[in-house]
Amino acid sequence: MSRSDVLVDADWAEAHIGTPGVVIVEVDEDTSAYDKGHIPTAIKLDWKKDLQDPVRRDFVDKTGFEALMSERGISNDDTVLLYGGNNNWFAAYAYWYFRLYGHDKVLLLDGGRKKWELDSRELSTDVPQRPKTDYTAREQDSSLRALRDEVVAAIGKRNLVDVRSPDEFTGRLLAPAHLPQEQAQRAGHIPTARNVPWSKAANEDGTFRSDSELRSLYQDEAGLDFGRDTIAYCRIGERSAHTWFVLHELLGLPDVKNYDGSWTEYGSLVGVPIELGEAR
Amino acid sequence: MSGGDGCGAPAGGVRASAAAGTLGSQAVVEGRVTREGAPVATGYARLLGTGDEFVAEVPLGEDGGFRFFAAPGSWTLRVLAPGGVRAQRSVEAGYGQVTKVDVAI
Repeated sequence: MSRSDVLVDADWAEAHIGTPGVVIVEVDEDTSAYDKGHIPTAIKLDWKKDLQDPVRRDFVDKTGFEALMSERGISNDDTVLLYGGNNNWFAAYAYWYFRLYGHDKVLLLDGGRKKWELDSRELSTDVPQRPKTDYTAREQDSSLRALRDEVVAAIGKRNLVDVRSPDEFTGRLLAPAHLPQEQAQRAGHIPTARNVPWSKAANEDGTFRSDSELRSLYQDEAGLDFGRDTIAYCRIGERSAHTWFVLHELLGLPDVKNYDGSWTEYGSLVGVPIELGEAR
Repeated sequence: MSGGDGCGAPAGGVRASAAAGTLGSQAVVEGRVTREGAPVATGYARLLGTGDEFVAEVPLGEDGGFRFFAAPGSWTLRVLAPGGVRAQRSVEAGYGQVTKVDVAI
């Protein structure tokens, strides 16, 4: 796996609009962005309505994912090109999600919606109708997803990367600064975690920094031991999917999991240890 | 104001003017971006901390608006818009206050 296998630029995307076998998918939390204009031929996925179980706090199950893909007209052989707002947070989450369910040919658009917009590239309000398919997913790949007991057991043993902002990490804020401060019962971070905010992996236009810059960021600046297994987390698992993409897909670390329960789960658990302040 | 349990942008961008009396311990920074008096609806507002450290980013709303729930203190607000536009302002936020920052590009 290398950068060119998983990440494409806007020129590539523009050249593949309408190419059979390539499905462009915008993934957002705020899908009104898609409705105002999207990359021509792109379909949309709603991070919450489409990808989360409506009752339990979990993903849609395998059958639900198969039904979703079939209904949206995505087949097992299609190359799925994902992009979205928020510097690709939700697109990276969807990338991880597609990998979890075993979709092989999936790509992320470098810079996502932001770079596309800042480049003044074409946006369309036409909503394509794709013929239904008969999609078959694989069982969830548990090597990519960390659940809470595994996270608690990893304290002091694996790399724990907290990708939230420094103020969330130290406990001064409970949520990013563009959202009301609410959610978890307690503030702080998982003991032994290093704080490498997701934003350090991205340039101002939303593209990823170079491989050498990324290696330096995690190894030299944050002191991550690349010989150890790693778990990334944030607040609800989408910013950490961005970092999972960097560590697992761009830098090729073999064992990296995303903890999608993240701080909204961990910070509400009874009896688990929490650290406040800077990393120790 | 939506936001739910997500980290993303509020649906439909943001509306200016948080309702008075609902701020509590929030330190709000909000404003509008305009070009020759007209709202800039395509662009991004970034909130940066000490040393230009990234804190948060939102897409501009239909009215060119943006809003952040910050902590009290000094911040830099940077606006990105098509055509390589990059403008920034210094801003002070305080608990229970709405600090207005309008940016003409």
